[in-house]
Amino acid sequence: MSDSAFLGMPAFPAAARAATGDAQLRHNLRKATHTIRDKRASVVGELDDWPVLRAAGAAIKDRTLRHLDTYLVRLEESVRAAGGTVHWAADAAEANRIVTGLVQATGETEVVKVKSMATQEIELNEALAEAGITAFETDLAELIVQLGDDHPSHILVPAIHRNRAEIREIFLRTMRDWGVPAPDDLTDDPRALAEAARVHLREKFLRAKVGVSGANFAVADTGTMVVLESEGNGRMCLTLPETLISVVGIEKIVPTWSDLEVFLQLLPRSSTGERMNPYTSTWTGVTPGDGPQDFHLVLLDNGRTDVLADTVGRQALRCIRCSACLNICPVYERAGGHAYGSVYPGPIGAILTPQLRGTSSELDASLPYASSLCGACYEVCPVAIDIPEVLVHLREQVVDGPGHRAEKAAMAAAGWVLDDEKRLGAAQRAASGARGLVPHTLPGPGSAWTDTRDVPEIPAESFRQWWRRRNKGRDKGGAE
Amino acid sequence: MRVALFVTCLNDTLFPRTGRAVVRLLERLGHEVVFPEAQTCCGQMHYNTGYRREAQKLAVRFVRTFGDADAVLAPSGSCAAMVRDNYRRLGAPGSRLAEEAAALAPRVYDLSELLVDVLGVTDVGAYFPHRVTYHPTCHGLRLLKLGDRPTRLLSAVRGLDLAELDGAAECCGFGGTFAMKNEAVSAAMGSDKARHVAATGAEVLCAVDNSCLMHIGGTLDRSRSGVAVLHLAEILASTEQEPARL
Amino acid sequence: MSGSRETVLAKVRAALADVDPAERAEDVAVPRGYARSHDMGDPVAVFVDRLVDYKALVRQVAAAELPGEVAAALERRGAERIVAPADLPAAWTADVGTGTALVPDDGLGVRELDTADGVLTGCAAAVAETGTIVCDGGAAQGRRAITLVPDYHLCVVRAEQIVGGVPEAVARLDPARPLTWISGPSATSDIELDRVEGVHGPRTLEVIIVGA
Repeated sequence: MSDSAFLGMPAFPAAARAATGDAQLRHNLRKATHTIRDKRASVVGELDDWPVLRAAGAAIKDRTLRHLDTYLVRLEESVRAAGGTVHWAADAAEANRIVTGLVQATGETEVVKVKSMATQEIELNEALAEAGITAFETDLAELIVQLGDDHPSHILVPAIHRNRAEIREIFLRTMRDWGVPAPDDLTDDPRALAEAARVHLREKFLRAKVGVSGANFAVADTGTMVVLESEGNGRMCLTLPETLISVVGIEKIVPTWSDLEVFLQLLPRSSTGERMNPYTSTWTGVTPGDGPQDFHLVLLDNGRTDVLADTVGRQALRCIRCSACLNICPVYERAGGHAYGSVYPGPIGAILTPQLRGTSSELDASLPYASSLCGACYEVCPVAIDIPEVLVHLREQVVDGPGHRAEKAAMAAAGWVLDDEKRLGAAQRAASGARGLVPHTLPGPGSAWTDTRDVPEIPAESFRQWWRRRNKGRDKGGAE
Repeated sequence: MRVALFVTCLNDTLFPRTGRAVVRLLERLGHEVVFPEAQTCCGQMHYNTGYRREAQKLAVRFVRTFGDADAVLAPSGSCAAMVRDNYRRLGAPGSRLAEEAAALAPRVYDLSELLVDVLGVTDVGAYFPHRVTYHPTCHGLRLLKLGDRPTRLLSAVRGLDLAELDGAAECCGFGGTFAMKNEAVSAAMGSDKARHVAATGAEVLCAVDNSCLMHIGGTLDRSRSGVAVLHLAEILASTEQEPARL
Repeated sequence: MSGSRETVLAKVRAALADVDPAERAEDVAVPRGYARSHDMGDPVAVFVDRLVDYKALVRQVAAAELPGEVAAALERRGAERIVAPADLPAAWTADVGTGTALVPDDGLGVRELDTADGVLTGCAAAVAETGTIVCDGGAAQGRRAITLVPDYHLCVVRAEQIVGGVPEAVARLDPARPLTWISGPSATSDIELDRVEGVHGPRTLEVIIVGA
């Protein structure tokens, strides 16, 4: 995973601190995440078999992952049998090379794109630009990010950090540089903004010869690709061009067609909080007379096999990119997506990014700590990824690495004191003896607490001292 | 019933009045409380921060100290959840720690579970004439699944006026070392929680975990809100004769 | 060209060293106790409720009333040029007035589709619980582009095509065909996560349910 756009970003706590001070951002995020939370809760609550669907979703993904080699080969065979071509990419550079070559072979210099996390992860647009190929993002939120020369901050709604007034400003300022300009009298009514995007992109859809997509699911048995979307931009990109190139992570496989009966219920309800998203497209290879006649599937590893090798962290590969964990997360709501320094923000990003990229950078090593371990993410995850468990597991890896010297010393000291009740008792007596000396505002690392919170008073007597005193009194026949 | 009290290191050191309230409450209800003195800490802070080896040592000590108890009461939702939910991850499958932890886990209770499920009581004869709001805490809500046990206990307290807390299910932002490592986000979460608490008009915020209360209470105190924080045990122990100290 | 096929497969196999080689995929149990459809009442009524929720237009008619209703819908819309798949049953459009020209899809270009006022099709199946119509390119449906580019989609659904839940629909459909699952008009939630109907796909979806 390269994510060079995020190189040099500060560690999570510093970026998050800046975000918590941005009142507009906090307002935007709070409004959006609370809206979607409530919608999700309502449509999930409608299905009394949700726990079974969730368990089935997790199990289907586990089945796939534990036998991924078998399913990859099966998928390759079925896609080929249906008239598609299959490519394998070990990393981002190879995937970008393959896609660039395929576009160049068509002689085209423009592609239209369906929102895809995999192509963002490998920074395909940048790679294509270097080869003189312009990639037009067609999802509304992706368009907002692309026009605003911005970074995505959410998996489902990459421009969630922007409100309607900001979007209007971006459209008015930039659309003319990319094609059809926004109307001068554009208002910030979401309907008007959606209409401006429709008009702006229409021309691009109608002339596009090459489409680039990802896939939400790839069915091994049948070779069928599945894309869920809302706006119809996906259908445009998947249907109108002559050539279609789909870049798909190797973990996106489901074994059989009927397994979709589970995910087509789990994903829309968890993601947009709808009973069903407006459009789902499925295609199997090529269909004469209907849609692209040249289909290429690029299977992407790019660190996924490293995640697969970790028996605790492996469950992160079940992820179906619904964003429910972001929308419920109190840390995401306040820190915003950019603080996570990756195309995968929020709780899932905090466990996926350090596994895909490693924890050698300060930013990546800080991600497993970007959580209060409140467990809300695990509760809403439609494929039951125990995100807190993986966070703690990754913290253990960070602790086993270099750095954190002061913390390690403090933890070792605390461990030593707590490993013996007599040492603990002695430490409590020492603290009680010094209780009058503790100031309200602590210096150094302690200020991280006292900048915003008062410290509790240290009691004159620990519980254990009280218990002894009480029992001594009782032995002598006295009262408490 | 004979109840082994795991008071927790935080309560032992900083909030002994919660431990004393538990003892007073259970003895008032006719039960015996024992305090195995070899106890120290469940290892939650070490485990959650990534210090597995230190956590393992403390888990071994806990299992050794409490292994024979009929019922272990941990008046801290997160510590009870640590023992019940995380000890199984600390020992390798089939190891002695894993087996002993699995055997002990069903006998470890939070206070509301012990009272409602084991001792079969919701009206503990308490008196607390104040407006109270209840924060469910993440571990109590999502790992222990305490449900309405604590609020059923509170509703049965004479004189108590229970106010509903907006955004109750949302984390207060404590999260152990999270409060220090990500102090800005932690403080932002804490101030939102404190704002919701203040909006209830309650005089007292109640929870089953003093670590969360230390964080929210510290935030409330800093803003001079005048809202006191009390562990559930202290409210349930409160009577006309011996009222809880606000 | 296969790129790094062997490299990736070797890394996958190495990563799965903990999986017993004797384990078969079917050994990983998948609980299948979820519902084929949920008990939400009369499927047609539920289907109508969901379509209305999506802000689609819905009419229910007896079979004999279909031609009249198709004509009325197109007249309400003021549609002058309506694309139709080549195999659309002639009876459906028997009452269409002279104000509307039917344009059979004999491989229309995207520009021609873009200037049409709408499209009239049938469907392969429909899902009550989710308010979904599925087109598979089969009878009376045509290729995918014709239900995508025009701004208005008039779709005829026979009552017996409506199943209760998603699993029942998945079982009915043939994955070898290109499928489009349509749940209401195109929409977006990308601005402040507020749903707005009408983006790139047809901004108006009208459904006529026959034989309810």
